Amino acid sequence: MQLTNRSKVVVRKEMSLAERLYLPAILGGLFITFKHFFRKKTTISYPEVQRQFTPVYRGHHVLKRDEQGRENCTACGLCAVACPAEAITMTAAERKPGEEKMYREEKYASVYEINMLRCIFCGLCEEACPKEAIFLTDKIVHSGYERQGFIFGKDKLVEPVEADKRVDISGRLKAHRKN
Amino acid sequence: METADLIFKIVFVLGVFGVSLVIAMYSTYAERKVAAFFQDRIGPNRAGPFGLLQPLADGVKMFMKEEIIPTHADKALFILGPSIAMLTACMTSVVIPWGSSLIINGKEYVMQITDVNIGILYVFGVVSIGVYGIMIGGWASNNKFSLLGALRASSQMISYELAMGMSIIALVMMTGTLSIREIVESQPGAHWNVFVQPLGFLLFLICAFAETNRTPFDLPECETELVGGYHTEYSSMKLGFYLFAEYINMFISSAIIVCLYFGGYNFPFLNSLGLSHNLTAILGTVLMFGKIFFFIFFFMWVRWTIPRFRYDQLMRLGWKILIPLAVLNIVITAVVLLFKYDLWNTSIN
Amino acid sequence: MSKIAFFVLAFLSIFSAMMVVFSRKPVHSVLSLIFCFFTIAGHYILLNAQFLAAVHIIVYAGAIMVLFLFVIMLLNLNAESEPHKTSAGKIAAVVSGGLLLLVLVSVLKSTDGLQLSAAPDSQVGMVKNLGMVLYDKYMLPFEVSALLFLTAMIGATMIGKKELD
Repeated sequence: MQLTNRSKVVVRKEMSLAERLYLPAILGGLFITFKHFFRKKTTISYPEVQRQFTPVYRGHHVLKRDEQGRENCTACGLCAVACPAEAITMTAAERKPGEEKMYREEKYASVYEINMLRCIFCGLCEEACPKEAIFLTDKIVHSGYERQGFIFGKDKLVEPVEADKRVDISGRLKAHRKN
Repeated sequence: METADLIFKIVFVLGVFGVSLVIAMYSTYAERKVAAFFQDRIGPNRAGPFGLLQPLADGVKMFMKEEIIPTHADKALFILGPSIAMLTACMTSVVIPWGSSLIINGKEYVMQITDVNIGILYVFGVVSIGVYGIMIGGWASNNKFSLLGALRASSQMISYELAMGMSIIALVMMTGTLSIREIVESQPGAHWNVFVQPLGFLLFLICAFAETNRTPFDLPECETELVGGYHTEYSSMKLGFYLFAEYINMFISSAIIVCLYFGGYNFPFLNSLGLSHNLTAILGTVLMFGKIFFFIFFFMWVRWTIPRFRYDQLMRLGWKILIPLAVLNIVITAVVLLFKYDLWNTSIN
Repeated sequence: MSKIAFFVLAFLSIFSAMMVVFSRKPVHSVLSLIFCFFTIAGHYILLNAQFLAAVHIIVYAGAIMVLFLFVIMLLNLNAESEPHKTSAGKIAAVVSGGLLLLVLVSVLKSTDGLQLSAAPDSQVGMVKNLGMVLYDKYMLPFEVSALLFLTAMIGATMIGKKELD
């Protein structure tokens, strides 16, 4: 049975003298490697030069704040439901009077944890979020020696309040709104 | 021996020793760099500019590593192995002529440690001792892989030593001497032996690869089957000695190839430049090192091009192809020499 | 100078020869034997026979002893696995060894002293002189021994050949 016409029949013919000498073949091989000697090198000197990521790269998660510095997340749990790896857990809490500056709506997540060892960086949490609270950035998740260190809590996920330390996700936001 | 002679000899010996060590050191760097370039990479570039301090960093690493001697190893022999490997690697450079001669204060100083009249045989003797370094180390490790690597190494080296010796016989027949300096001096200008002994050169080159355990003949340390071969159990500087000895061997065998087949310190038109004697000698030495570096590069070039042989292929190549070819080469050379001799005789009469 | 070298070499060669007999491990014995060969090569050099010394090292130390070592390493002999020797064998060994010693001593005694030439010719061991003597004076023995080697080679090939069914 022949599925394609690309198969090549093995011919076990006697080698000619030139082939049996091997030297022409070896010289050919040497020539090929020598050509590579002058090729452009593909290596990127990593810490100094960084390869450009695509705008849709999915890395370290961030929990966004709005313009006034209030957390967007309302602990609705849609991200946890959407997550195929079941990496997200959270505990909801009610906003107390006086905390209006910290949380945008009456309900917020007192605990929000992503297990980075389970996360597959699919971005479904971002798609599921109705409040534009969680996004995947182009930051690379750090490595570590202990498993416990890979459960990221709010300290690592929520972006800083200061305006100049905010995480820029404008590229992803645009894509998110288009959907 | 006069004091001036003695001082020159001592300085020269130290110089040769130092230079061969430094070249071996930088061969490790060059190997990595050349390998990287052949594979479209950059290679080591972190330690110093262009990674030039990499060999020093590697050396420091080697010294800092933990020294491990396996529990059931034969301790004395375990240490003796790498020592012999290193010793024999350094010993060969004694008979190599590194240049013609320098005239200082009206006295002539030959740029060679000693001109033994059996230079080539000396080299062979030392090379044949080199096997023991690997064998003893491999056996003393008390490890199956090491022993197998050592066995492979020794049988490979004995087999290729034969072909190597026979490929040289034709050369010796032509030049009529065993002294390396005289062989070098018999090929002035561009009358290099490689042009009259191409087959002999090819055989010698292949055997040199086998004797230095370089790819495609690096079966003794064949990682895929033997873990690390004879140096599986070695660590720290003892491993460093084995690796270092390989690079020194590579340098020395390049030097011998250059001396025997590529005119050593001779170069076309070098003597007709009208330079002073000393300048010509130094230029000759520089050119000789240029040739040596080309061959070191060639060793690396082949390593990153050709895959390793299978063991039976290796033995077949050595015994069934190289040795008959070497014999053929001897016969052809003898016939040609005989005819030339006859013609020469008749033309005189 | 050469006298001191001779005594050092002589001491080393006798010492290593004794080590061949007395060391417990077979591998150590073989290594001592190799060392003994080196010291003998040193003696050759003292006698102005560089060619002989080089060939001695290449052939004996470099090739034959490697095979020796090879076999002993593979057999993995050690003191425990050594078979017990019967006393009859020991007596036989002593007697034959003693007889050999007797022969050697009597032969040495019958020579009228070692005849040293006043100034040993420094060129006597050079390749050229050796070649002249070998291919001129001792032509026939040389060729006959070559024939012997050829026979040995053919024999080895015959043993190595696969038997044809």
